Amino acid sequence: MRRRLLAALLIAAAAPAGAQTFAIVNGMVARGDGSEPIRDGTVVVRNGRIVAAGAGVSVPAGAQIVDANGKWVTPGIVAGFSRLGLADVDLAADGADDTNNNGPFSAAIDVVPAINPLHQTVAVNRADGVTRALVAPGVGKSIFAGQGAVIDTGADMDPITRPRLFQFVELGETGKDKAGGSRASAHVLFRNALREAAELSRYARPITVKGERSDDVLLTRFDAAALVPVLKGQQYLLVHVERASDILAVIELKREFAGLKPVLVGASEGWTVADKIARSGIPVIASAVNDLPASFEQLAATQSNIGRMRSAGVNVSIGMIDDNDTRNLFMERQYAGNLVALQKIPGAAGVSWGEALAMITSRPAQAVGMGAEIGSLAAGRRADVVIWSGDPLEGASAAEQVYIDGVRQPLDTHQTKLRDRYRYLPRRDLPEAYRR
Amino acid sequence: MIRLGGIAAAVLALGACAAAPDKPRPAAAIRINEDPFPSTYQRYPGVLTVIRHATVIDGDGHQIADGTLVFGDGVIQAVGGPELASPAGAAEVDGTGKWVTPGIIDIHSHLGDYPSPGVASLSDGNEATSPVRPEVWAEHSVWPQDPGFSRALANGGVTTLQVLPGSANLFGGRSVVLKNVPARTAQGMKFPGAPYGLKMACGENPKRVYGSKGQMPQTRMGNIALARATWIKAAAYKRKWDKYYAKGGDMPERDLAMDTLKGVLDGKILVQNHCYRADEMANMIDMSKEFGYHISAFHHAVEAYKIADILAANNICAVMWADWYGFKMESYDAIKENIPFVHNAGACAIVHSDDANYIQRLNQEASKALADGVRAGVPNLSEAVAWEWLSRNPAKALGILDKTGTLAQGKMADVVLWNGDPFSDYTRPERVWVDGAEMYDANDPRKRPVSDFELGQPGEGDVK
Repeated sequence: MRRRLLAALLIAAAAPAGAQTFAIVNGMVARGDGSEPIRDGTVVVRNGRIVAAGAGVSVPAGAQIVDANGKWVTPGIVAGFSRLGLADVDLAADGADDTNNNGPFSAAIDVVPAINPLHQTVAVNRADGVTRALVAPGVGKSIFAGQGAVIDTGADMDPITRPRLFQFVELGETGKDKAGGSRASAHVLFRNALREAAELSRYARPITVKGERSDDVLLTRFDAAALVPVLKGQQYLLVHVERASDILAVIELKREFAGLKPVLVGASEGWTVADKIARSGIPVIASAVNDLPASFEQLAATQSNIGRMRSAGVNVSIGMIDDNDTRNLFMERQYAGNLVALQKIPGAAGVSWGEALAMITSRPAQAVGMGAEIGSLAAGRRADVVIWSGDPLEGASAAEQVYIDGVRQPLDTHQTKLRDRYRYLPRRDLPEAYRR
Repeated sequence: MIRLGGIAAAVLALGACAAAPDKPRPAAAIRINEDPFPSTYQRYPGVLTVIRHATVIDGDGHQIADGTLVFGDGVIQAVGGPELASPAGAAEVDGTGKWVTPGIIDIHSHLGDYPSPGVASLSDGNEATSPVRPEVWAEHSVWPQDPGFSRALANGGVTTLQVLPGSANLFGGRSVVLKNVPARTAQGMKFPGAPYGLKMACGENPKRVYGSKGQMPQTRMGNIALARATWIKAAAYKRKWDKYYAKGGDMPERDLAMDTLKGVLDGKILVQNHCYRADEMANMIDMSKEFGYHISAFHHAVEAYKIADILAANNICAVMWADWYGFKMESYDAIKENIPFVHNAGACAIVHSDDANYIQRLNQEASKALADGVRAGVPNLSEAVAWEWLSRNPAKALGILDKTGTLAQGKMADVVLWNGDPFSDYTRPERVWVDGAEMYDANDPRKRPVSDFELGQPGEGDVK
């Protein structure tokens, strides 16, 4: 918690510091575990962790009190799939963008050094209640993009919650292109990569030990070694596929390589094979409102995809796949609200409010084994808590207080400062540049 | 005119044969057909309909709590409260708990010219072969089978849209205004009587696209220089044709590119100007004054809030997103209060999509902008006022406000019945009428348009 202390000192003096005990009282509390919100709820935080949340929770003696005044209180939003922290500006702004990956390595890449917690993209999403994000590297020349992390959006220089949590691989249309134009090629590349990893897995230290390798290796030793934990199930494998047949191929891979812990990313046509996904037990991080045949791998896309997969028993959460993934993670709560709206449309499949909130908080965390750490207000979780001006699944609502690891966060950004500078336009004694 | 011209030519020929010394009178001018791809849109049949007990937002700043809307023969017949009588034989719709609004107008779309699926074969939005391409017309790229049209209708309540060429070029070409009604041809969707637009672009895109090819423009100063040089040619072209139309004689050589620019200088074609930065908008305004045309709207005007007073003074609309930012350098200074700040300055604010997905949620974008404005203390904002950003103001900037955009008597019956408050994420269109014809009904799978492309594909006719 010491690392948070400096940031805490820099922001509003009245904010509870991480090491303190505080209680948010009189809130409309939604825990993010799929349950519906509770009126007059209390959230108790001690040492940066949730102690208790819900109705009838007693406030410990000496706890600092934050009165939510009846407003909504939820866990911070967990962006299910993103490139947050990798870019400040996306297009033609040299130096502000680390999403490209055209170097010699692939699976060995660790996204951590590319993440800059001071990018405005991080601040903008923090100010909108996004507190954690799964961050995948961008894919380069290979089907393997490298190893992704879970980060927080705190106003400090220590953004990494869990490094190298997952490997990211493209096995759909993008994978096809990377592999030379055919999914068949992508799959043989994938199998070969795991074969090379298996060979290296015999050695305790596959990079530094002079272990023997076959003659016909394609991967660098570093890349092959990086896939050893994937093969052994020590690292999650996020697989981007959209098409139904590609989804089934991933399910087959899991049969073939028993150790794999795959997570499907995208899965626009998942609803057409939802029962098979459910039986496989593979979690899905899906786009929420894709409903266009944007490509030939998304012909069956519908906003009912998530609702139908959920009804079939799939563990589904929401991500920002190919959807302004460096910047607009705050859109997830609006998308979640849109899934709630589908409940009223005949023939469509929506989700309940509580489940929709879970899909942008606890479910993505659970998909990568972080459910005990982040994404809900259950006891023991990191105290990422947001107090909202209104229902958080309405895009019109705003985050009013954001806590990460129990530390209250600043919510000002480049944008809010511009807003304040240009709120009134009439000419004054000095130019606008003097207003701040 | 053609017959007259022919006779004049015959007279001329005779005169030459007779070797008369009289100076021959010049042939009368032949008028160029300015509408060679005319709209073939015809409204579909509708029934005389009255919606009662709905919250009615008229698009002109008013809201009626227990509202009544009557439409038939394709037009709005009456708007009012519960006292409004139902005409005999009208089909009655109970709007209790529901909302009625004008259909949303998206002034900035690429549906049809960048359709789904987004493959190279169908990618027809940018004629990026020269920075000056006013001769191309977006309607000739519009693929009417783009499934995106139906999503915009059924999920977005969009009844009218302007399809624009892309922004690779300083002069991107002509736009086309479409009724969001499926048709076999683009002509079958063309909004009858809507003026053409000219897509112009300033900023990063033209200089990036052509600078990377080592040609002009490579800089923002190159953008302006080339645009001015082009307007100088257009002015000369216009003088030639004005003289010809006034005095006849030899017809000047036609130039499709210059035809479009002449249309702008004549005030017949409206300038729709892609421009992000405040300083660049100011440059474009000065250029428009130099050559005597008016900019109808700045599109993607991310920095409009910095010069909202200038936009108001020049009667230029700003077309904006609620919260897009940072996707390129010129969008770095986006703020979430842009739309309400522009509105507050007395300028014309418009919400747009530029996107096949966002076009399905423009009401939600307006909702966010409204809430951000209220939080920033902008006075006199309401849902009724915010709806002006979605239908009235875009209709104004497209030159079709006399025909649609508000629920006023005699206007086209472009109407959406929402299943709740459209400023909520929990609300969707329940029924959509275009010119009084019901084109979508959430409760009736037969009232769900399915494009040719989707037939026989997985998910054909699904709720989407």
